[in-house]
Amino acid sequence: MKQEYIITVYSENHIGLLSRITIIFTRRKVNIESLTVSESAIKGIFKFTIVIAETRDQVMKMVGQIDKQIDVLKAFYHTNDEMIYQEIALYKVRTESLYDSDTVEKMVRKAGARILEITREFVIIEKTGHKDETQALFEELNQFKVMQFIRSGRVALTRDPIERLSEFLKERDIFLDSQNK
Amino acid sequence: MTNKRIPGSEAVILSLIEEGVDIIFGYPGGAMIPIYDSLYDYSDKIKHILTRHEQGLVHAADGYARVTGKPGVCFATSGPGATNLVTGIANAMLDSIPMVCFTGQVGSSLLGTDAFQESDLIGITMPITKWSYQVTKPEEIPEAVAKAFYIAKTGRPGPVLLDITKDAQIAMLDWKYEKCTKIRSYVPELPVDITHVKEAVQIIDEAKKPLLLLGQGVIIGSAENELKEFIEKTGIPAAWTLLGLSALPTEHPLNVGMLGMHGNYGPNLLTNEADVIIAVGMRFDDRVTGKVSTYAKKAKIIHLEIDPAEINKIVKADVAILGNSKKSLQLLTERVKENSHDAWIKEFKKCDDIEFEKVIEKDIHPTKPGLTMGEIVRMASEKTNHEAILVSDVGQHQMINARYFKFKHSRSHVSSGGLGTMGFGLPASMGAQMGQPDRTVFSVSGDGGFQMTIQELGTIEQNKLPIKIIILNNNFLGMVRQWQQLFFEKRYSFTKLHNPDFIMIAKGYGIEGNKVSKREDLDAAMQKMIDHDGPYVLEVTIEKEDNVFPMIPAGASVSDVMLEA
Ligand SMILES: Cc1ncc(C[n+]2csc(CCOP(=O)(O)OP(=O)(O)O)c2C)c(N)n1
Ligand SMILES: [Mg+2]
Repeated sequence: MKQEYIITVYSENHIGLLSRITIIFTRRKVNIESLTVSESAIKGIFKFTIVIAETRDQVMKMVGQIDKQIDVLKAFYHTNDEMIYQEIALYKVRTESLYDSDTVEKMVRKAGARILEITREFVIIEKTGHKDETQALFEELNQFKVMQFIRSGRVALTRDPIERLSEFLKERDIFLDSQNK
Repeated sequence: MTNKRIPGSEAVILSLIEEGVDIIFGYPGGAMIPIYDSLYDYSDKIKHILTRHEQGLVHAADGYARVTGKPGVCFATSGPGATNLVTGIANAMLDSIPMVCFTGQVGSSLLGTDAFQESDLIGITMPITKWSYQVTKPEEIPEAVAKAFYIAKTGRPGPVLLDITKDAQIAMLDWKYEKCTKIRSYVPELPVDITHVKEAVQIIDEAKKPLLLLGQGVIIGSAENELKEFIEKTGIPAAWTLLGLSALPTEHPLNVGMLGMHGNYGPNLLTNEADVIIAVGMRFDDRVTGKVSTYAKKAKIIHLEIDPAEINKIVKADVAILGNSKKSLQLLTERVKENSHDAWIKEFKKCDDIEFEKVIEKDIHPTKPGLTMGEIVRMASEKTNHEAILVSDVGQHQMINARYFKFKHSRSHVSSGGLGTMGFGLPASMGAQMGQPDRTVFSVSGDGGFQMTIQELGTIEQNKLPIKIIILNNNFLGMVRQWQQLFFEKRYSFTKLHNPDFIMIAKGYGIEGNKVSKREDLDAAMQKMIDHDGPYVLEVTIEKEDNVFPMIPAGASVSDVMLEA
């Protein structure tokens, strides 16, 4: 059964690695639903968060292929309920629509969104949440014609009390040294 | 090591010397001139083989790597030189061949400008290299080369590519070299987990009909002896994959032959009877498994493999033993009980007899007038006392080579397995001959594939490589024609070849040759070729429409293996 999985990849910061990882999906004609890359808590180590909808079997195989890339430190996969995750969305609406009634303001309050910037012509609203939530706000706001809309890729954390990356690096180092003896 | 200032180009050559490289297969061009200039100063330390086409050099490096176990080293210039390597790199990737390719690149200030002879080689080769890196500064060279060699040859080997911009070749650096011994993001092999070994031992000890499948992982891991000890202690029959050939002597009593689409009858048929399958260093290629959903359903699968991504990729393993096959086999042998499986092995013998009567006899002792590939290949093997190296091209003859050539020594069979690259054979045989200068090397190709890299006759002559080149000429793209005959109602759509006079071409290159089309002339012609001091081309006209059997039709189950049409 296909379902959403979050794949997390820790890697060295090497040019070209993004391509090496994405071609693992494209080669199998698997669509990447969302992709976020940025530096992790440890300098020089980057974290990829990739969302795909696939069967568990296929996900395991692809994670195996990612893990195998020389510059990848470690790759994991989780189902949505195993992680805490968010996306961020920005909406641009006409400033007039706030003057005409308090509907927009109510929508923003109810959704737990906030207003980032107001100009004479437009207002930028920001909301973080799951896709269905940011999408719901979009549908609501669109009564007033959303001029522009953007949603980010997903960021996600596991429910582990600590990030295990630094321990992992230490263990890896000890392991590799022991192998060389 | 002195800290002298040298140009990047010289650092490339010195790094190769540090890595113990003594031969480079290459072809120069504008973006490689500085490196070639430095090579000129070290030609007493490193040999360079100039081929006639970059595809030739990359396959030669591949052949060299297969017979020696050392990484093959390639040089090619930017743009067309580099793109001509692509087929050979893909070939090496699929067959896990250690290879380090150096490509020249336009100056770093010109990257991305569509400069003359710029091509994005890193981008093009990303899916077909184990690792690649673009060097734009001279001081990166020693570390990049050290990493490249470490990655190419450790763990599951594979091709790596270093793309070096011209300015990085020209600019100076402080020379200092350190070998790479670890990369924190890369675990070449995992230590063998003893609990999995114990689980496997229990299954093996209880097995009634166990079958071992040996792949190239045995050869890569130098585990030939460990394999022999394991099967001899347990009495388990072993079948080899195309790339596992020669890991065990052909005549070993427990060797039951080849798996796969054109493998032997017994190991294919009986895969589906086995109760335990021990797969060692093989990856369940679709040419081996046939239809996966009906493959080895009665068997518990024990998979010994160095690459974790191969576990459960095609066939689910009941027990996976990750790590180096040499260590895994040792640990198994220490723990398994001594055993024998005579009744089970008799079943293989029975199959052998059936295959002999229906297929082999006709292939190697034909009664019809036309010459068969089988009798020629077997004769070559016998006349060299099964001591020679066989390098194959791709097609019907490749399967016949694998079926009828016999081996006494490991690393003696060179064949393009995963990619099935026509044109591989002749250039790969050059690398094989250079890697094993004292052994007889046969290059056995079809008339089609031979013409894909025929220009390498020039390289063979220039380097006086005493390769015994056999062209099995059926005037057809035989393997495709066979499928057209069997599955497309003999509609021979564009598979017929009008061939040149191969011997005249050989002579044009200064290579002796002879053409044979009658059985009574074959023995003497073959002997003359083998006795000839130097390269020799023997063209044999063979039966046009012979087919290779047994055959597992595409998509069928291994137990549907056909002995005749
Ligand atoms: C580069 C390449 N192109 C096409 C093929 C498809 N192909 C596989 S076998 C074959 C026929 C080979 O003919 P020949 O070299 O004469 O060998 P034969 O089968 O007759 O022994 C072809 C075209 C291939 N494997 N490689
Ligand atoms: Mg042919």
